[in-house]
Parts: sequence; structure tokens; C-alpha cells
Amino acid sequence: MSGGDQVKGSDALDPGDRERFEQVVLPHLDAAFNLARWLLRGKHDTEDVAQEAILRAVRFFRGFKGGDSRAWVLQIVRNTCYTWMEKNRPLELSAEFDEEVHQLPSDSPEDLAIAGDNRERLVQALEALPPKFREMLVLRELEGCSYKEIATITALPIGTVMSTLARARQRLQRAIRQPAGGRGSS
Amino acid sequence: MRCELSGSVAQAYLDGELDAQRAVEFEQHLGTCDECAESLESGKALRSSLQAAQLYEPAPVALRARIRTHMRPTARESFVARLVALRWLPATASILLLASVLWLVLPGWREGPRTDVTTGELIDAHIRSLQAGHLTDVASTDQHTVKPWFAGKLDFAPPVHDFANEGFPLLGGRLDVLGGKTVAALVYGRRKHFINVFVWPTQKADTSIHAPASRQGYQYTDWCHEGMEFNAVSDVSASDLRDLAQLFVK
Repeated sequence: MSGGDQVKGSDALDPGDRERFEQVVLPHLDAAFNLARWLLRGKHDTEDVAQEAILRAVRFFRGFKGGDSRAWVLQIVRNTCYTWMEKNRPLELSAEFDEEVHQLPSDSPEDLAIAGDNRERLVQALEALPPKFREMLVLRELEGCSYKEIATITALPIGTVMSTLARARQRLQRAIRQPAGGRGSS
Repeated sequence: MRCELSGSVAQAYLDGELDAQRAVEFEQHLGTCDECAESLESGKALRSSLQAAQLYEPAPVALRARIRTHMRPTARESFVARLVALRWLPATASILLLASVLWLVLPGWREGPRTDVTTGELIDAHIRSLQAGHLTDVASTDQHTVKPWFAGKLDFAPPVHDFANEGFPLLGGRLDVLGGKTVAALVYGRRKHFINVFVWPTQKADTSIHAPASRQGYQYTDWCHEGMEFNAVSDVSASDLRDLAQLFVK
């Protein structure tokens, strides 16, 4: 079935490396899965893509010189996800949404808290955002990455991380304030 | 008109990403700018909504297991290949011979860590237990509820103690299967972490607590005490795990 991967993997790691890989990379498997799940919007293909990313990490492990192992793993996961999306869902990546057309007043905290009770609504709102915003929110709010880590993972300058994250939050706030199902038009 | 700081600067402040001087400046500004105060509040509200919704999706156990089986044979192949390539075969053979002689001659040697249950199995069992609804079959902090629960389900009586006073509250127990046999799993809490202590009867003599080892970010240790073999697994620190183990042998 997946014998090809196994062969490729086998020349990548000797026992010492493998042990280091287990200690350095595998603790980030949850983070890897979570990022893939949100980038791919659903569990369906996530397991396969996350597994592929980890096997890529095996192949590239020699190139990892220490440092922030979570950022290193998540960088590979992100690239694997984008490659997969380019192949399987090209429209999603090319679709650009109208932005900053309307400046909305900030939401009152109460509004947001009420909307937040509805998990399903949050999931839908998050999944409706373009991937570049979604990944910012997932990395910052779910994974607790620093701006510097997000910059490493996404290969963007910190200033861009800062502004993209701010826009991502604004768009999510806007989306959860809208009545359910009202996002389709953009 | 919008204050230009109310966007990414306010959020960077919320994220603790402004350097000290800019943070102080922003705090001063905050006192006079309703817009920034509002932006900060809504940022906090969004964060708590996201946290309350528990959107984080950990990796399924099946994926973890698949990755492990992917890695295991490959490492062995390359290890063997390396030995052969380096013509270490004679040396390896004599080491193996020596090992088997020692194995026969020194019975005490066999009482090292775990012979029948693999570390992988233990960690899998620990991870499986953390899936929703799998942690405990009997949830109780009362040892006098948990201990009798095992009676009739196992052909041995595991020692059950609550160590809440020592910082390891008993959360409950459940049955688990390790190495093909049914074992008792005792679940302890340590702050927000869980510790599984797997217990089954053994013929082995008492051993000391092995120094906790780590794998995939989990710590594990084992020991034998009064006819029972204990294996503890958790993501707590090695010293926490040893502290709990020591309570069992006191």
C-alpha cells in the first residue's frame, strides 16, 4: 500500500536519528494534525495529509539543526497542505475575497460572547475564511504560537504576520456576527 | 474615524508581542482612546469564545499508531544493513552469545524493565485513555469505591490508594488490555495532567523504581512491588512521575 514511503523513509533515519525524531518531532503530532485539519477544513483528508507531512519530516530530518522544533514541523505541515490544496482544490487558493471594503464598528464583547456559545457557528465562520487568515487564527489562538514562530511557519515577515492576523480576527468577528448562512455571497 | 492603533497594534498588545516601551506607550494611549479599549475588549472576547469552543483537534490514536508502524521496520532494516555493511557481524554474534549466556546465568538480569508489554503499547494505552469518555470506567476519588469495583472483573486485587494529600488525587479506575491480558488501570491527576498506572500480578521479585524514560513526549516508568508489576505513563515531568511511584512503594 504505502511501501513507497517506507522505502524512502528507510534511508533517511538510522536508529539514533529515529530516537531523536521520536523525541523532537512526534510530540508535535497533535499540533500537526490540528493545523492540517483547519487548513483542509475537515477531517476527511487530514489524516493522510498529516501522515504525509510527518513522513516528509522524516526525510528532511537530517536538515533540522535544532531550534524550534514545533515551528519546523508546522512549516512542513503547512507546505504539505498547500501542495495538496493546489492539486485538489485549486479554486480555494485562488479565490480572493473582498477586503476592507466596509469598515465595521467593533463588536461589543457581549455580542461576541453570545455568538461564541455556538461552537458550530464558530467552526463555520473559521472555515469560511480564506486559508491565509485561517492559518493565522489557528496558529495564534489554538496553537498559541508567537508572531515569530508564525513568521517562520508561514515564511512571512513579522510585520505581515501582525497585519494579516489583525485582519483575520476582524473578519472572523464580522463573520460570527452575521446571521448563519449569510456568508455565501462573497 | 478609526484610531490607527486600534488594529494590529492593539492586537499585538493583546498577544503580548509589543516590546516593553511600546507596551507602556500603548497603555497610556489606551486610557484616552475608547476605540482601542473597545478593540482590546473584543479581541479578548474573541479569544475566550475560541477557547470555550474547544476547537483544537488532537491527532487520532490511529494516526499515531500508523506513523509508529511506518517508522519501526525501517529503522530495523537500516540498522541491520549498517551492521552488515560494516562487517560487524562476528562482533554482533559474540555479543548476542554473551547476552544469552548472561540471560541464562543471571536470573536477576531478566527482571529489568518490561519483558512482555512494550513501551509503545503502554503509551498507546495512555493516549487511548485520554480520548473522550475512555479515561475511567469507574470515576471516583474514593479508594473504597474504586477498589471494590475491580473485584469480580479481575482475578487479582490491585492496590488502590488516593494520594490527594500528596498532590496526586485518585480520579478513578478502568480495565485495559496490555500484552493480551486484562490489567487494572488507575488514573491519577496532577494539576491538569493525567497519569495512568497500569497494574497486574507478577512472579517477579520487588524491584526499585526505574528512572523514568521518555518517548514521544511521554514519561514512563515501571517497578514491581509485593507481587504486582506497575507501569506508570504520563506527560507530567519525570520527577512528578517518580514521586507518584514512590508513594506506591511506601
